[in-house]
Amino acid sequence: MAGSLPAELRSACADVTAAGPADAVGGKQAQYVAAPATTEEAAALLRAAAGLGLTVVPRGSGGRLDWGQAPARCDLIVDTRRMDQVLEHAAGDQVVVVQAGIRLDELAKVLATAEQRLALDVPAGADGTSDSIGGLIATGAAGPLRYRYGSPRDLLIGITVVRADGTVAKSGGKVVKNVAGYDIGKLFAGSLGTLGLITEATFRLHPLPEAAAWITLNCGDSATAAAAVRAIADSPLAPSAIELSWPSAAASISISALVEGDKESVANRSERMRQLVDRATAGQSSAQTKRADERPGPRTPPASDDESDPAGSPADRAVADVGAAEEAFRVLRPSSDGRGRARIVVQVAFWAGQLTAVLTAIRAAGEAVALNPAINGSAGAGVLEVSVPASAPADTVADLVAVLRAGLDGLADGLPPSRASAVVLCAPPAVRDSVDIWGPVPSLALMRAVKDQFDPEHRMAPGRFAGGI
Amino acid sequence: MQEAPFDDQFAIRLARICGADCVISDPQELRTYECDGLTAHRSSPGIVVLPRSAEQVAAVVRECVARRIPFVARGSGTGLSGGALPRADGVLIVTSKMRSIIAIDPISRRAIVEPGVTNLAVSKAAEPYGLFYAPDPSSQVVCSVGGNVAENSGGAHCLKHGFTVHHITGLQIVTPEGELTWLGDGTGAAPGYDLVGAFTGSEGTLGIATKIIVKLTPIPEAVTTLLAAFTTMGAGGAAVSAIIGSGILPGAIEMMDALAIEAAEAAVQCRYPEGAGAVLIVELDGPASDVEAQTAAVRAICTAEGAYEIRAARDAAERTAIWTGRKSAFAAVGRISPAYIVQDGVVPRTALPKVLDRISELSAEHGIRVANVFHAGDGNLHPLVLFDDSAPGEQEAAEKLSGMILDLCIEHGGSITGEHGVGVDKSRYMPRMFGADDLDTMQLLRCAFDPRSLCNPGKVFPTPRLCGEVPGVRRAAHPLVASGLIDQF
Repeated sequence: MAGSLPAELRSACADVTAAGPADAVGGKQAQYVAAPATTEEAAALLRAAAGLGLTVVPRGSGGRLDWGQAPARCDLIVDTRRMDQVLEHAAGDQVVVVQAGIRLDELAKVLATAEQRLALDVPAGADGTSDSIGGLIATGAAGPLRYRYGSPRDLLIGITVVRADGTVAKSGGKVVKNVAGYDIGKLFAGSLGTLGLITEATFRLHPLPEAAAWITLNCGDSATAAAAVRAIADSPLAPSAIELSWPSAAASISISALVEGDKESVANRSERMRQLVDRATAGQSSAQTKRADERPGPRTPPASDDESDPAGSPADRAVADVGAAEEAFRVLRPSSDGRGRARIVVQVAFWAGQLTAVLTAIRAAGEAVALNPAINGSAGAGVLEVSVPASAPADTVADLVAVLRAGLDGLADGLPPSRASAVVLCAPPAVRDSVDIWGPVPSLALMRAVKDQFDPEHRMAPGRFAGGI
Repeated sequence: MQEAPFDDQFAIRLARICGADCVISDPQELRTYECDGLTAHRSSPGIVVLPRSAEQVAAVVRECVARRIPFVARGSGTGLSGGALPRADGVLIVTSKMRSIIAIDPISRRAIVEPGVTNLAVSKAAEPYGLFYAPDPSSQVVCSVGGNVAENSGGAHCLKHGFTVHHITGLQIVTPEGELTWLGDGTGAAPGYDLVGAFTGSEGTLGIATKIIVKLTPIPEAVTTLLAAFTTMGAGGAAVSAIIGSGILPGAIEMMDALAIEAAEAAVQCRYPEGAGAVLIVELDGPASDVEAQTAAVRAICTAEGAYEIRAARDAAERTAIWTGRKSAFAAVGRISPAYIVQDGVVPRTALPKVLDRISELSAEHGIRVANVFHAGDGNLHPLVLFDDSAPGEQEAAEKLSGMILDLCIEHGGSITGEHGVGVDKSRYMPRMFGADDLDTMQLLRCAFDPRSLCNPGKVFPTPRLCGEVPGVRRAAHPLVASGLIDQF
């Protein structure tokens, strides 16, 4: 088969193969897969691809290739698995420089030796493998820690990218405080590979907390849940996460706050947090605290043969121990049930103060189309994930999204014109083809102009992004 | 008499948009706007407008675009890199009449403000709800939120609480083409490219922010401010590394050297400990029990690193007393030197001792005094290079030394600016930090927003990039579309 590989690609990159049946993105079969090991090799590869007029889709661990719209074409997959090195870990400066292909869990092991972490607790993708750093940046995926630390864009302080024509460019640097030049990292964060290939990234790190505790309470209705979320967010107790889990319309809503720090601080703050939420919900809920005085290490998802809805009963799991609570939230978000079954996930972002109205809109949309979605996510940050089994019919999902968006439209209050969005993060190809996965996007004209500048021939993951970008 | 750069018609049209009382064309009055906080660069604007609404800003920009007249936005004019330096052949759009706090949503912890609102006014308006606006540049009493967005302003407390970009979730802007549009929706997770993040810190070159949605943060339960005196800068620097290394993240860690202390003492009698070669100000904020424990830990670390006196402020008055010396330091240097340059460079925290040593060597070699006041926690140096502007050649020599300090920052893997921005002042240093392809790539973003290069031209980049086609020109079919390889989107 090697004979059918273009010589230009083979001379540019040491690892080029003909694509196999698994090398497809959104049902679009690739012709070639290339795995460069360095930025220079990646640049040579993209120059060669430009010469051949090939469309290119970057691939990291592959767990989120079903995010975004299916690309219009995918001639060449650039696989970043060989770019898996930690280039520099300046522990004293709390900064790390990595190649884009390194997996988050591998990086976490390296950082843990210096008692540090990259504060991104992103759950594994559908296939259970840990995300590549490049993939995390490109999808903007975030876990419960989003509440305190934001998404990858907030921790990224420097980036190296290769443009569609093979030009290598960097922005930012190795210091946290730096305003020299435009921040190209922000632009690439969440861009789903449509602006270029991310090859290296530099992050700000944080100390690994000595201890952690989840304070979980069950609430009978959404108003009580919202009161609890508000009390936790307004408190001076510096929570790291405020999560919501509402597995189905008939289930109770659990709200969980994560408190991290040294042992004594966590003991003190988690007790205060428990009292505070009990007061705020006036006996409508019952809070339970589980602490880990040992530093939570990397864990594997809990084995379970439970065939009930994967959203199960997170509160029950949360009381087991902190690690399990943490794992419960990982498993529930976003694209898999943790047992290899894919789910359709709609991300709903909103102003946190409108939580009750948003939950009402989601449940109303579910009722209208006779689907009973699970709702999970960072209630404190105003980002929830609404999920249904991948087997849900495409037109029903389309209806769910349309009714949900209409409900969210009602939350607008003059300025800005919209205060909420519903985006289909991941879904089977049939669903993605029949749903407007992005919905209305502000300033689409400017985004198109950005795309035209960075990738004038529209060869980078064409069509995968909002507005056909 | 210099000839007016515009015909009367243009001034009349601007007056029709903003009202005659909001257009300034008198040469005397124009001089008020000839520079921002960086007085070394001056240029009287061709004309000044003070619009009262976003719609007026958009209409003014459209007038400029129609006549190919460059325009520059200005907030309170406190910038320190000449980012709001006007153009003699252009319009200066001043946002000081757009000062309304439109809404505060305490439950969502958001405020919607106009660009001319001062930084401190946001925190004051949020205070009744137990909230504050975290980024606090030292000019926060006067500086505008619009200017903060343009510069991605930091401040003493960004070590823990982040920069402006971490606190902006939506922007209404007037694009350089004169269109009024929203970037983001206030959620912080709007679909599409993160144009809010890309716009923040673009130094007024990608458009003019006309409404800003900021995040508000719960006011910390407890704050303790410590002042620790050391005999040497080396000992103070070691204490900084030890504090961060212990896993504590203070709200701020500031450091001043003997010369800066001397100046502050002369100006405001801050009564820092006698004989200090360095003082460290460490502010801890958070839950009360944490702050108490961390205060004890920081005291122990400072003592172990050789601090001979440590003071703790427990209330607002004592805290102000400690901060007075630090906050007055820039101005106070005027007491001990006729003129000075404020530099703004960044080095990795661990390189601080080496870099500070080298700065004092350079100072000695060139016979030029350098006072050091800086945000030690994030390695953001503000060396003050002192000179006598009445002595021939001294200014040039000071500028040369100031440039050498920037080179030193770059050598150690740092940055040419941590918070003051590039503006006109440092565009010539950009090629020392970035390659031609890096700068070219950044300017792709510029071209997407401002294809005619009318919006604050001449700032940030040493050489402008030609943007090629500009809107209004009908593009031919895309080559891949034409060849049938891809669909038209």
